[in-house]
Amino acid sequence: MLENALARPGQILACTDSHTIAAGALNCAARGLGVLEMLQICSTGQTWYRVSPAIRVELVGHRPDNVFGKDIFLHLANVLGSVEGHDIEFTGPAIAELPMAERASLTTMCAELSANFALFPADEVTRDHVRRADPGNDQWEPVVPDPGADYVRSVTVDLGQLRPSVARPDFVAHNAVTPQDLDEPVPIHQAFIGSCANGKLDDLAVAALIVRGRKVAQGVRFLVTPASQRVYLDAVRAGYVADLVEAGAVVTNSTCGACYGGHLGLLGPGENCIASSTRNFSGRMGSPEAKIYLASSATVAASALTGIITDPTRYLAGAR
Amino acid sequence: MTTGNAPTIVEGKTWRFPQAHLNTDLMMPGYALRLGIDEQARAVFATIRPGWVDEVADGDVLVTGRNFGTGSSRPAAVLFQRLGIAAIVAESLNDIFFRNCVNHGLPAMECPGILDGVTEGDSLLIDFASGTVRNNRTSDRLTGRKLPGELLDIVRAGGLYTQLQARGLVE
Repeated sequence: MLENALARPGQILACTDSHTIAAGALNCAARGLGVLEMLQICSTGQTWYRVSPAIRVELVGHRPDNVFGKDIFLHLANVLGSVEGHDIEFTGPAIAELPMAERASLTTMCAELSANFALFPADEVTRDHVRRADPGNDQWEPVVPDPGADYVRSVTVDLGQLRPSVARPDFVAHNAVTPQDLDEPVPIHQAFIGSCANGKLDDLAVAALIVRGRKVAQGVRFLVTPASQRVYLDAVRAGYVADLVEAGAVVTNSTCGACYGGHLGLLGPGENCIASSTRNFSGRMGSPEAKIYLASSATVAASALTGIITDPTRYLAGAR
Repeated sequence: MTTGNAPTIVEGKTWRFPQAHLNTDLMMPGYALRLGIDEQARAVFATIRPGWVDEVADGDVLVTGRNFGTGSSRPAAVLFQRLGIAAIVAESLNDIFFRNCVNHGLPAMECPGILDGVTEGDSLLIDFASGTVRNNRTSDRLTGRKLPGELLDIVRAGGLYTQLQARGLVE
């Protein structure tokens, strides 16, 4: 939907995956529905939505090189907690400098706070993305909040104050800390980059940057699963796959794969996994006695090199 | 796909799941997704309440905590129906989970305060059209969020599929 701009600014998009909300990055009102509702839409052209109270999230400041959409989300998860029954609307001057991939990572993850819709405004970045994905199709009109719109809550996030973070196991609401603030160093058995949240080209690029010329730690499985076959091919052509393979990563075909315990990366009892994917529910990636930590792809890649959950900053210094 | 007509007034014995944010991975774990429906149903809550699936009987009612059914859109409602659950009353329901309940004709309702008002095993009388819940043991009544007309119609029809069939839109 994002890659091909099937989601458009100002439109309503129906899809069954719970991460359909990701399309909000394109100013598209999108949320997950049930499979039977898709049949209803095909048959009748209609479905229902409950209008929900909205939370305004203002993004300000300058995003440091070590902070990604996932880190912005983890901060928001700490501030808001679960917001079931609410919509989230993003606004603020920091959006202009936020690439579409980071916006999408953030909106994808809003599903994990049970938000109904999560909308970004449409700007030049949005226009560029849609134009490149589907040139010639200008049949869309962005939506903006009414002047004086009512929000039940307003929060401001200064991106300049954020640091690489990690969600501790089992849930994300109010559960993220910096790697330095974990109770004790966490050794990992598996590092996973992938999923609709963070399996995009930028994710593979930053992972390649971090591991280039280095080796994955002994005893760590480093799995990289591109979010689409196009990402996979682009990563091959850009040399990222070679960097990752040379470092000792396993690069798979595009699939959901390890994110939901599908295949290629199931966890055994007692294992710790750091992942750039969407969910850390107990048992999701295999054994209920495994623990899943969530982070940005940069943090995952850095952790793959050291074998413990690691802040990626020193590997990013001077890069980008 | 749906199991037939679902009434909008339901009376049944309760099972209490108070933990907030119970997710659909716990209800319909990944490994079960490729199994047949009866094996899938045996996996429901196997990690948090092993053996529960052997105790639940036809017509029973789930009483749950906040944001029940969070996470993946997998249709756990189908499995609860398979186990015989006739209705769900929750402190609050995750939106996708709620949609799937309606879609499959499983009446589900939000009723803040329900956890405090129910001891497991109590019998409840629930009217989804008016949003009222009566505890048959204590005689206490609570009012929750009634199902809007259009959603009530779907539930009465036995779910979306039978409703579309009745309208001649699907075979």
